[in-house]
Amino acid sequence: MIEVQNITKRYGDFTAIDRVTFTVDKGEVLAFLGPNGAGKTTAMRILTCFMPATEGVARVAGFDCFDQPIEVKRRIGYLPEHPPLYQELTVTEYLTFVGRIKGMGAEDLRSGLDRVMERLALGDVRHRLIANLSRGYQQRVGLAQALLHDPPVLILDEPTLGLDPKQIIEIRELIKSLAGSHTVILSTHILPEATAVCQRVVIINNGRIVAVDSPEGLSARLRQSEKIRVTVKAPPADLANRFRALPGILSVFEPTESGAFLLEYELGQDRRDELARFVVDNGWGLLELKTVSMTLEDVFLRLTQHEEGLE
Amino acid sequence: MTSVNAILAKELRSYFVSPVVYVVGAVFLLIFGVLSYLAVVNAGTQAVRMMQIQGAAAQLNLNDLVFRPTFYSAAIVILLVLPILTMRLFAEERKLRTFELLMTSPIRLNEVVIGKFLGAYLIFLGMLALTGIVPLILSVFSSFDWRPVLTGYLGLALMGALFLATGLFASALTENQIVAAFLSFGLLILVWLLGALGSVLGDNPIGNTISYLSFIEHYDRLVRGLVDTKDLIYYVSGMVLMLFLAHRVVESQRWR
Repeated sequence: MIEVQNITKRYGDFTAIDRVTFTVDKGEVLAFLGPNGAGKTTAMRILTCFMPATEGVARVAGFDCFDQPIEVKRRIGYLPEHPPLYQELTVTEYLTFVGRIKGMGAEDLRSGLDRVMERLALGDVRHRLIANLSRGYQQRVGLAQALLHDPPVLILDEPTLGLDPKQIIEIRELIKSLAGSHTVILSTHILPEATAVCQRVVIINNGRIVAVDSPEGLSARLRQSEKIRVTVKAPPADLANRFRALPGILSVFEPTESGAFLLEYELGQDRRDELARFVVDNGWGLLELKTVSMTLEDVFLRLTQHEEGLE
Repeated sequence: MTSVNAILAKELRSYFVSPVVYVVGAVFLLIFGVLSYLAVVNAGTQAVRMMQIQGAAAQLNLNDLVFRPTFYSAAIVILLVLPILTMRLFAEERKLRTFELLMTSPIRLNEVVIGKFLGAYLIFLGMLALTGIVPLILSVFSSFDWRPVLTGYLGLALMGALFLATGLFASALTENQIVAAFLSFGLLILVWLLGALGSVLGDNPIGNTISYLSFIEHYDRLVRGLVDTKDLIYYVSGMVLMLFLAHRVVESQRWR
């Protein structure tokens, strides 16, 4: 449904996204995950034909984003990072305007309005000015705008931004219910969100795709190493290096609390026994020793901070 | 066409829920009213003087004494007023990021430009229509030739279209409404001064070309009742050029 090949976008000397390639199948929900400024919004803006890519090809439903933008735009519902709302209009007026510029007929528009008002619980505020709505309602009006013409492809930039926890759950349910019938790309920097609603996660950092996989697949892929957390009472200054010198230890992270270390070793080689003896024999005082399972959170930090260590 | 209508309807709606149209309309009508009142009073004193000299009721020409000065002053008034109407058109869309909605909807940029221009133009034509009360009242008490009055209005309508298109272009250049308004004042006053600059350079091809570029000479002929295709073409082509430039500026911003 969506095909992106070697997309690059440069602003002067700055490369916002660099040779990004991925595809999204029909009915799939895909998450762009990445820190702020990673290039998520730029990728979305290219797909929605808001701006052209410097290089590369992007296709939506078989139409090229550069050559046939109108056809692409017809098939996309887009929620930008800042919901594009006209403060001086009421919710109904605004959505009617959106429907008309999306090319909806009067009949479609009426049923579309009823549908999104119900789905996003906007019925109570339909005659209020958008300027007077809370942030949460404004975000929902923004979503309503994207869903109004029932497009096959939805591109949502941080759809749960500014919502309260209950609304976040509602919106996630809504996105899940769209899966299958709609192709959805959403961006987020909230990891549980990606795990909750997406079949596939694309991790972007510094404009490059660092990994594409299912949330489970990603953590499995990285579980080729196991981690142990060791807390030592009186660590000598060079303890991290001493740990590194031990056999089988791949890397050592020193978390912020003093005396705590995160050791990574190869899968299937349990070193806890040796480690305990190592610390105790040297008289440093062993306070804690436990295995740490990798959450998506770790995967994310791992990938965005230590890209080179992936494969 | 439905997209142009949608943009137009939305623009009109936005104009009328904001105080801008009411303030701009009121100021314009008030100044126009005062100007024509002053012209009428001036015509009255001249009539009394003529009667004293000639000893009889002289035939006074309202066209020359009332309408022509009023139209000349009105040109300055719309130059000051219209940039206020156009300053928000693109600047606000970009500031509030609603521009992203327009540019990701299946509409063409020229439909957006035309819709926005027509919205502002209809407001202006409405304001102009309300000033029609002045000649209507005068026609009750006096008689004058309607034709130069109508061509004067045609001139105002054409020049207004050029001003609005220039304002739209200025608004496309910036996110800041004040800057947009100021830019259009600057552009319009500069183009106006080209007339004076042309006459300084004298009656030669360069001087004449520069004078031709100023809108005031063309307006002058229309106010005198002369309808020349050359002048009509000047205004229409100027307006189209400005709308085209606005289109190009907005389009080019997507490429940066």
